[in-house]
Amino acid sequence: MKVRGWLTAVLTIVLVVGLVVPAMASHVIKFGGQCDRTGATKVVGVEICPGLTDYVALVNKKGGVLGHKLEYTEIEHGYTVDRGVEAYERLKRDGAVAIFDYGTPIVYALTPRHMDDKIPGITPGFGRADSTDGTAWPFIFPMAATYWSQAGAGMQFIKDNGAKKGTKIAHIYYDNPAGREGIPIVEAVAKKEGYQLRLFAVPPPGVEMGPQVIDITRRFKADWVLGHLFGQAPAVSIKEFKRAGFPMNRFVSFVWGAGEANIEGAGWDVAQGYIGMQYSSTGRDLPVIREIAQKVYKDEGKEVPKYVGSVYYSRGVLNGAILAEGVRLAVQNHGLPVTGDKVRLGFEAIKNFDLQGFLPPMTVTAKDHEGGGWVRMYQVKGTEWVAITDWIRGYRDEVMTLVKQANKK
Amino acid sequence: MINRECGVYQTTYEGDMALYPLPLARYSTLGAVAILLLLPLALDSHAMSLANLMLLASIGAIGLNILVGYTGQVSLGHGAFMMVGSYTAALVTVRLGLPFWVGLPAGGAVAALVGAFFGIPSLRIKGLYLAIATLAGQFIIEWTINHSTWISGGVQSTLYVPTPTFLGWEINSEYRRYFMVLPVAIVAYVAALNLVRSRVGRAFIAVRDRDIAAEIIGVDIFRYKLLAFAVSSFYAGVAGALWTYYLKIANYEHFTLATSVSYLAMIIIGGLGSVLGSVFGAVFITLLPIVLVYVVEGGAALFGFKYAAIADFLANLRLIIFGGLIILFLAIEPEGLFRMWGNVKRYFRLWPYSY
Repeated sequence: MKVRGWLTAVLTIVLVVGLVVPAMASHVIKFGGQCDRTGATKVVGVEICPGLTDYVALVNKKGGVLGHKLEYTEIEHGYTVDRGVEAYERLKRDGAVAIFDYGTPIVYALTPRHMDDKIPGITPGFGRADSTDGTAWPFIFPMAATYWSQAGAGMQFIKDNGAKKGTKIAHIYYDNPAGREGIPIVEAVAKKEGYQLRLFAVPPPGVEMGPQVIDITRRFKADWVLGHLFGQAPAVSIKEFKRAGFPMNRFVSFVWGAGEANIEGAGWDVAQGYIGMQYSSTGRDLPVIREIAQKVYKDEGKEVPKYVGSVYYSRGVLNGAILAEGVRLAVQNHGLPVTGDKVRLGFEAIKNFDLQGFLPPMTVTAKDHEGGGWVRMYQVKGTEWVAITDWIRGYRDEVMTLVKQANKK
Repeated sequence: MINRECGVYQTTYEGDMALYPLPLARYSTLGAVAILLLLPLALDSHAMSLANLMLLASIGAIGLNILVGYTGQVSLGHGAFMMVGSYTAALVTVRLGLPFWVGLPAGGAVAALVGAFFGIPSLRIKGLYLAIATLAGQFIIEWTINHSTWISGGVQSTLYVPTPTFLGWEINSEYRRYFMVLPVAIVAYVAALNLVRSRVGRAFIAVRDRDIAAEIIGVDIFRYKLLAFAVSSFYAGVAGALWTYYLKIANYEHFTLATSVSYLAMIIIGGLGSVLGSVFGAVFITLLPIVLVYVVEGGAALFGFKYAAIADFLANLRLIIFGGLIILFLAIEPEGLFRMWGNVKRYFRLWPYSY
């Protein structure tokens, strides 16, 4: 009798705990992403990925998204496609409602899967420009200025700084698909404004560009150079242009030539005046970065790592912020449980989201998955990147025409 | 499988020449096929994706082993031949609207032609020099596809392929993709096993062991070297085409020099001159980095470390362990995993009465 009484009591407790507690407990929202810490782009990965995880940690420290904790899973793929596919399948199995895709080939390989599985993928800085059109690519979100927008903004900056009809512009680009992506906009703008434009290809791996630089500086005598290079190439280009005596403040680089590592490769003193685009603000003196340093590191008694506030770290924070904001809007507008489709709607409801000035005023719509295509020009001054413009964009009509054309095929 | 020959007496030539002369070997092979067919019942979609990746790698590795392991022609252009197959399949499907089962042989055939063309230098040069010549092939093919928009479909060099269907059956999940990849892999495997036992295969082996001797006994070196390149590239092309249908996209960045090198690594670790060894190698190189993710991260969690805090260290540790294991396996058995498997088999053949 006594035993039965005990049993009943235990069973009751188990039942109560089992049924009531999960109902009261907050819902954990799972999402994930890939990272490259050992492969071709590890220099970028080792800073982007902590940026993302630190932002998620910050959100959780502050009580999560509308009271729900976020659980972010990072899977390292070493920039290989097969491990990227594996990572995606693992995240999908574990119930991820949104995925950050790392690396251009992996983004390409996973795009059909995102569309089939209705799990939105964000691809800032990696994605293809034509996926800006959300009506054609509902589950792909570039979420940061694509190469087309970067080209538009670069040409706008050059125009704002005195380019007129007949100005000579050289576009030096990395000879791979991503590197060639900016060309149509550069060409369209040059034609519209009557600039003299010449294109210079740098074959991979981009460590040899003496002939192109001599061509640009001696024969073509360019007034401006618009550079779209990756990996080691930006550092080499800075050194070569400096050696050829080209003024650094006439060189405008796309986003992958605008990190600290690119400048360190050439030397900060050599690169003085070099101009680079950013799609997120950078530096330590920003509210969100200060908050991360305080809440994620100092409050835990940890030292703030050197990379906090660097260019690539800031891009990681952008990824985290967009994911968290999309999830927040999904929960707020469409309730629990969160699904991939709801997060897509959440992303598309992002409006004037700028994270206290850290991001451009991002507004994402079902038509525009890029969030406006804003960039900000930074210049190398001393040993840091200093913002020299506000958020700018340019030739939006040309960019959108191209997006429309690309998706018509 | 572990087979004992005792009590088996062949009375016909056909019986003696069969692929599996022993009844037990036949049954165990059929059992293995049955397990492969029933695998989807036991695995979740993530594990299925692993199975698919391993099968895809196996097809490519078998092809490379025919060239490098059996014919002795070192090639660094395998990735490029896969690229040819991949784009051919995509073009056949996108431009002509043909289904995947036409795209697969088409990809193989075009890759075989291209492969035979880039095999021509093998008639004059051997060994490391040939490796460099095929390396040139890798870059030439990559550059050509990358720069001719007619092939690559635009500046982005990317072609999207619609979901493949087979008799109205949409191949749109990892389970269904498994049944697209598995039959091709089985056919590729059995075909390779039979090829190396045939007249052509014997000629390949003769060329590998000493080409002058092979020429003296009447093997047409010109023909067989090019044939080896063609067959190997056919496999590569089919593997590349399958990648296209598997990912629903053709993109040259999947098939760079790094891919060629990793396929070479597969067959060296698996065992040069062995079809089963190619499969072992493909499984090893595909699975090990992924298993290490679980092992290393699980180990770190066991000691109370948080992933985010030491992610860099773990990533590099995995790489070190991966490299270390490759060296270890090659040091223990330079002839590869296949030989290791053979040693195990030989030990148990006479067990417990080994002498």
